[in-house]
Amino acid sequence: MLSAYKRRKLTDVVVRSACVLAAVIALVPLISVLYYVTSRGIGGINLDFFTELPKPVGETGGGMGNAIVGTLKLVFLACVFGIPPGVLAGVYLAEFGHSRFGKLVRFSADVMSGVPSITVGIFVYSVVVLQTKHFSTYAGSFALAILMLPTVTRTTEELLRLVPESLREAALGLGLPKWRATLRVMLRTAAPGIATGVMLAVARVAGETAPLLFTASGSRYWGDGFNQETASLPVNIYTYAVSPYEEWHRQAWAAALVLLLLVLLLNISARLLVRNRVGAR
Amino acid sequence: MSVSHDVSPLIRGRSKLLSRFGREVNWGDFVFRRTTAALAALVILALGAMAFEMVRGSWDSLAKFGFGFVLSRVWDPVHDVYGALPFVFGTIASSLLALCFAVPISLGVAIFLSELAPMWLRGPVGFLVELLAAVPSVVYGLWGVFALAPWLRDTVEPLLANHLGFLPFFQGQQHGFGMLAGGIILAIMITPTISSVSREVLRAVPSALREGALGLGATPWEAVRVAVLPYARSGLVGATILGLGRALGETMAITMVIGNRSEISASLFAPSYTMASVIANEFTEATGVLYLSSLAEVGLLLFVVTVLLNIVARLLVWRVGRLPEGGRL
Repeated sequence: MLSAYKRRKLTDVVVRSACVLAAVIALVPLISVLYYVTSRGIGGINLDFFTELPKPVGETGGGMGNAIVGTLKLVFLACVFGIPPGVLAGVYLAEFGHSRFGKLVRFSADVMSGVPSITVGIFVYSVVVLQTKHFSTYAGSFALAILMLPTVTRTTEELLRLVPESLREAALGLGLPKWRATLRVMLRTAAPGIATGVMLAVARVAGETAPLLFTASGSRYWGDGFNQETASLPVNIYTYAVSPYEEWHRQAWAAALVLLLLVLLLNISARLLVRNRVGAR
Repeated sequence: MSVSHDVSPLIRGRSKLLSRFGREVNWGDFVFRRTTAALAALVILALGAMAFEMVRGSWDSLAKFGFGFVLSRVWDPVHDVYGALPFVFGTIASSLLALCFAVPISLGVAIFLSELAPMWLRGPVGFLVELLAAVPSVVYGLWGVFALAPWLRDTVEPLLANHLGFLPFFQGQQHGFGMLAGGIILAIMITPTISSVSREVLRAVPSALREGALGLGATPWEAVRVAVLPYARSGLVGATILGLGRALGETMAITMVIGNRSEISASLFAPSYTMASVIANEFTEATGVLYLSSLAEVGLLLFVVTVLLNIVARLLVWRVGRLPEGGRL
């Protein structure tokens, strides 16, 4: 029979191994997804994929140029709608957020970040699409901006709180009014961190599909401007993946590869930004 | 002797604002504060508007079907009769299944990352786990359709049917697409959420507790078990509920793998349908006021449930940071 000590040691080893195993299991899907997307997607990537319109069913070739441009347009406009209000709301929370109102805002933002993206789609459908009577890039971007808003707000607040209070005191002591101290000193100091948070939020919405289904819808053409329905990479991946055509599946993998690269690039560069910042301190 | 010094030339003239608000106000500060407050109010407004629109959109359906909506199994656009039970079942069952897979793994990852792993390994592994969260839902869906489902159909499901086929969970046709695939894909997607929140919670546990246990001769695992976990318990429950909230609302990946048939079956092999999936599939094609309204009510249900879950979860996570040392729940 084992002594009590040995038994305890053994339990320790077993549990530690279980934790290591859990970490390994958690990473298997990531590796598998990366492997599949790269190996199946790489074959569909060529110049046409980035520059051509989709071909009708049955014809080979063609690309997703319109979807790539569409995704960039959607994300760009979502940033325009979502980032400035989000950052300024975050500034409010960090500077004046001790009131009851501030607590309510913080709480709403937290709750909002858990709202399913598909319900945001329904919301935007009824307030934008039904009113304007057509799908549009505006509507899609508006939905994405709503999804970004809580993340941007909370990140900005948290990062502003990390800035040492002595910086503000110095600025105020030199005679700056409060708003200039906040914008020129506090916000600027926190900027790299905020940029990271914003980039992570952008990366998240760039891959969103559900809210686009009935706001930006999809399109087989180059749409111009922001007032028409538009194709986007995520929606295309979905429609191509569930279609029965072999050729479309190939295109779907290629689109997934492009989307994944875009998202991972945003993610990794966002994190590197912070790391350098921390190293500099 | 009372001396009255006239100091008024030293004070700037009182602005109109000052006289109105009774204190020193800088114009810039005044505008700054009001502007940012208005934008902060936008967050509350957005949430409120969403709630309002969802209720308004589903009003017809609420009025017609009442509470019976969630208990009826009939979803028949042809006869304009709608009941959401199969979707509610599919959503809850797939999410709970996902929790069964994701909770043990996520807790393992969180404990590994915050307590047991060597320092040099924590950063990279934590980063990789967060990358799991960065992969777009639709990419998981694509992977689910062409990699996960075939693997389940050819390998996992026959194996389960052969060895555990006497259980009702592992009977019936093996398509690959169904509840099992949905549960697994949701589990993959919520693992980063649960593990990163749990990790933050574990980090918030004062290290004096750990050190005390270790100092008394506990092994690292015993220190976690007796000192860290009890303190962090409510936060870990909160992390799980946050994960549940994400699983309930997840749309694309699960729509692509769950089979989209409104059946209620005990078998994990059988296809099913979730609330988010039915909205994604039918919303653009819904003709008729009542049809659209019923889909909006499904959305409303989803909205209400996820909002409530989030409120509970936030409160639980928030408590951990505020406990007195050694505090228990």
